[in-house]
Amino acid sequence: MKISKKEVINVVKLARIDIEEGALDKFAGQIGKILEYIDTLNNVDTTGVKPTSHAISLTNALREDELKESINRDDALYNAPEKEDGFFVVPKVIE
Amino acid sequence: MKLHELTIQDAHNLLKKKEISSKELTGAVLDRIEEVDEKTGAYITVVKKEALLDAENADKCISKGEITPLTGIPLSIKDLICTKGVRTTCASKILENFTPPYDATVITKLKKAGAVITGKVNMDEFGMGSSTENSGLKTTCNPWDVTRVPGGSSGGSAASVAADMCLGSLGSDTGGSIRQPASHCGIVGMKPTYGRVSRFGLVAFASSLDQIGPLTKNVSDCALIMNTISGYDPKDSTSVPKDVPDYLSALETGIEGLTIGVPREFDLDEGVHPDVSMAVKNAVKKMEELGAKCVDISLPHSKYAVAAYYVIATSEASSNLARYDGVKYGLRDKNQNNLIEMFKNTRKAGFGPEVQRRITIGTYALSAGYYDAYYGKASQVRTLIIEDYSKAFEECDVILSPVAPAPAPEIGENAEDPLAMYLADIFTLSANLAGIPGISLPCGFSNEGLPVGLQLTGGHFNEETILKVAYNFEQATDFHKKKPNI
Repeated sequence: MKISKKEVINVVKLARIDIEEGALDKFAGQIGKILEYIDTLNNVDTTGVKPTSHAISLTNALREDELKESINRDDALYNAPEKEDGFFVVPKVIE
Repeated sequence: MKLHELTIQDAHNLLKKKEISSKELTGAVLDRIEEVDEKTGAYITVVKKEALLDAENADKCISKGEITPLTGIPLSIKDLICTKGVRTTCASKILENFTPPYDATVITKLKKAGAVITGKVNMDEFGMGSSTENSGLKTTCNPWDVTRVPGGSSGGSAASVAADMCLGSLGSDTGGSIRQPASHCGIVGMKPTYGRVSRFGLVAFASSLDQIGPLTKNVSDCALIMNTISGYDPKDSTSVPKDVPDYLSALETGIEGLTIGVPREFDLDEGVHPDVSMAVKNAVKKMEELGAKCVDISLPHSKYAVAAYYVIATSEASSNLARYDGVKYGLRDKNQNNLIEMFKNTRKAGFGPEVQRRITIGTYALSAGYYDAYYGKASQVRTLIIEDYSKAFEECDVILSPVAPAPAPEIGENAEDPLAMYLADIFTLSANLAGIPGISLPCGFSNEGLPVGLQLTGGHFNEETILKVAYNFEQATDFHKKKPNI
């Protein structure tokens, strides 16, 4: 297997996703199959080839640092699952 | 002619001559949605009241002589393009109740042109899929055969256009998500050059690949929408400051003397459905009859495109989708003792299986120790794919290929095998890796009566040439005139 169940558990933890214990084997199997296919890239000789991050590369898309209107606080908070006094509320962070 | 069956151009001419009003036209489209969308399931949200108001405003403008080619024209919008005040779900449970406080730049442009928005249409969750089956909210069926998928990820856009539930639609294309559903639903779909259309307000899947584009009933309508949505936007730092030509006038000339490349790596006799193979071979013949020269070309690295794509797209997705944490918007799972648990439970409850798979692959590919082997390697192969295209476009003006290896599959056919679904994107996703424009247009039907699409791709910012070739082909054939019986 290209990727072990233990590795999948670790990656899923990094990604802050939680997979049910019962679904892990199937999930790891599917991911493994895809990674095996991706390994065909190793057949390509890429010595000295520069990597591309954007097909149309623009450099220095700059603009003046001007003050412009932006969305107001009520709009910014409109979709918040929980809010109070103009702030986003999250569960306790420090124990 | 029923009003909802009109093309954008024909509707525009009638509106201009005041033979119809936008209110009548929009009303006819809304009635059509009510009549057939129970069967196709294209729409997630229909904004009836707002659409009729927009139509009234359009009629007022027209009566004052203020008319653009899109004034009063009802269009549907893929549900990952932000619409101010109208729910934008990305077909995900995590954004099921998200209402954007702003419009995407393309929506601002459509509104300025007087277009009427009928609603938001279904898709694979966050654009991740090729069949719209990965929608977290509903199933969309192909109007040509409701037991089959409409393609994806812009499946709702394609189905809504094919079934006359709008006159045109905006979709987005990360690996074929406009062109492939257009092919499966027998309509026209274009992915513009990367940077041609602003992505501001497009919910990000893979930022170096995503591009917004039109799905329409014919090539002229595609050119009309391109005229409206293209151009530089200071709000998108990857949009390109380059003048926009009049795409409609690009259609006026013939294709005598143009060279069309047919890549030898896309073997039409192997791995391609015989009906697709036949339709594409006939298209090559038709192009030659029209005066183009068809030549053999090579894209030697194309067989690595799927692998490179699924590293790059999943890596970018894992980073982009980190924002869904239940804090600022979207779903928050109530079952939580601390912050980390809240993140995990929210993302578990909110993301569907394909999104979870892709985030996991992307996180793995970007994680310490694997970055060079996966993302680094894929980005190098991407360079080689771009170079293949640069060389090819020295020998030809456009490249011709199928869009998909087979007509629309049955619903559920690939449900258990994500890799099989990925491999079906072989003909489309190179264009996203290379950033080049591509169009899909009808070129035939399978023996079972399912539409087959033809793909034409061109060099960077050469939308004009592929539109011209597509238009000449369309005018010489009747495939685009056939409608599904729904």
